[in-house]
Amino acid sequence: MKNPIKRYFPIFVMPTLLAFAVAFLIPFVLGFILSFTEFRTVSDATFVGLENYIIALRDDSTFLPSLWFTVKFAVVSVITINVIAFLLALMLTRTVPGTSLFRTVFFMPNLIGGIVLGYIWQVIINGVLYNFNYSITSNANFGFWGLIILMNWQMIGYMMIIYIAGIQNIPTDILEAARVDGAGALTILRKITIPSVMPSITICLFLTITNSFKLFDQNLALTAGAPANKTQMVALDIYNTFYSRTGFEGVGQAKAVIFFIIVAIIALAQLKFTRGKEVES
Amino acid sequence: MNIKLLDKLLFILLIIMSAIFIFPVFIVLINSFKLKFSIASAPFLLPTRDTFTGFDNYIEGIKNTGFPAALGWSLFITVFSVLAIIVFTSMTAWYITRVKSIFNSLLYYALVFSMIVPFQMVMFTMSKTANVLRLDNPIGIIIIYLGFGAGLSVFMFSGFIKTVPLTIEEAATIDGCNTLEVFWRVVFPILKPTAITVAILNTMWIWNDYLLPYLVIGNDYKTIPIAVQYLKGGYGSVDMGAMMAMLVLSIIPVVVFYLSCQKYIIKGVASGAVKG
Repeated sequence: MKNPIKRYFPIFVMPTLLAFAVAFLIPFVLGFILSFTEFRTVSDATFVGLENYIIALRDDSTFLPSLWFTVKFAVVSVITINVIAFLLALMLTRTVPGTSLFRTVFFMPNLIGGIVLGYIWQVIINGVLYNFNYSITSNANFGFWGLIILMNWQMIGYMMIIYIAGIQNIPTDILEAARVDGAGALTILRKITIPSVMPSITICLFLTITNSFKLFDQNLALTAGAPANKTQMVALDIYNTFYSRTGFEGVGQAKAVIFFIIVAIIALAQLKFTRGKEVES
Repeated sequence: MNIKLLDKLLFILLIIMSAIFIFPVFIVLINSFKLKFSIASAPFLLPTRDTFTGFDNYIEGIKNTGFPAALGWSLFITVFSVLAIIVFTSMTAWYITRVKSIFNSLLYYALVFSMIVPFQMVMFTMSKTANVLRLDNPIGIIIIYLGFGAGLSVFMFSGFIKTVPLTIEEAATIDGCNTLEVFWRVVFPILKPTAITVAILNTMWIWNDYLLPYLVIGNDYKTIPIAVQYLKGGYGSVDMGAMMAMLVLSIIPVVVFYLSCQKYIIKGVASGAVKG
């Protein structure tokens, strides 16, 4: 018998499919094609082969530095966020009073938008640096560490929630058995807790890596790339190539394709790597 | 070390951490009541008789940014986009999980794939497409959000639907329900916990989203993030007082939302991650 659901394709799938085509599929394919052309508006595109890619990778003065800045930022923020979030999760799964209140407080910054977060931290960091006659834009290192602090403040709570869920999923009889066998706290952490929360580690690494690479709003609000584009991350560099440099739309699109490929490779490699370490349940 | 003592030390450490986490918001709050010229130089001081300005910064900020309108547009776009996402992506997820075909699998993988693509890849072409199709208004942008939100949402609904036994749906069909009734009366009520998770994750994203609405409707309609950014870009030097007041006003709806749905938000984040 024919599946009776099939007739309902226009109602069940069409709206999502059309919206997805307009918002993502068509722009994605179009963007890929346009990266091999020179254009101002889209309809005036002329084919130029790999020229945009060559300009982006060889002649462009901001793309590779911003990519390097992004990589450094991602490495430091991924490590700090996950270590601190995991430690907080360990503390909050003990019998400390007020755990739910602490959870509420640590998670709160995550709901504040990137633009607002950027200006909040700009005031605070500038307030500290003012005493030394500096501002956040006087040295690229200030911007770098400002972004790291901001990102930690925003993401720690979110990752902590995921780690807490993972830790609470560990069957208590395994922990009991280990204690009876005389295992110390560190041994339990290394041999039971960390291997059991590997699925949480996988997802937290995935979220922190992709979010660090794609960071835009916070970067725009905190430093906007100053001084001299030295704190400009890739997403902001691509945006500026598109909207502040007339005639460079094709180069911007080529940068976007390179950026997409890098993010895709890192995300997939990381998923494959940590998934391999997850214990079979 | 004795366990009781360790827990006491941890408690003190957690109190200190909490203070650090709340501190930035507190600083913005106190500065929103200070004269604009006393903010940059001494943001950590409480307002004094000389620097206290009452609600002047709020009045100035609301006038310069059109905050009430921005709040309205943010609410409108977020509420209706999230509703559209819940209604349409739950139906799509159910259909493509129940009806096996090459097209449906391809659609599923395309949706999952869209989750890792950086926005910059489609930013320019998407805003041009939206412009050509006349979607560059607060109603059209709901369609754009449905398209962008579909990846995560279909993925999460599908993950849950796979665990729902077919027999319930078959029983409803035998009882004379048509497919729409089967979905809305039988399947959707079972999907409710996932629907709440999907709603929360999408609300957090759309409410705070800056670049997409800025590129699509930013010239004519400002959402809250656009209004805040406009304060910075609109004219030469920033009015720090107005900025602080606007930051406070943008945080208030978030805090209200958080405190009223906290249980669901925390649960939603945890279960959203498990499925991811």
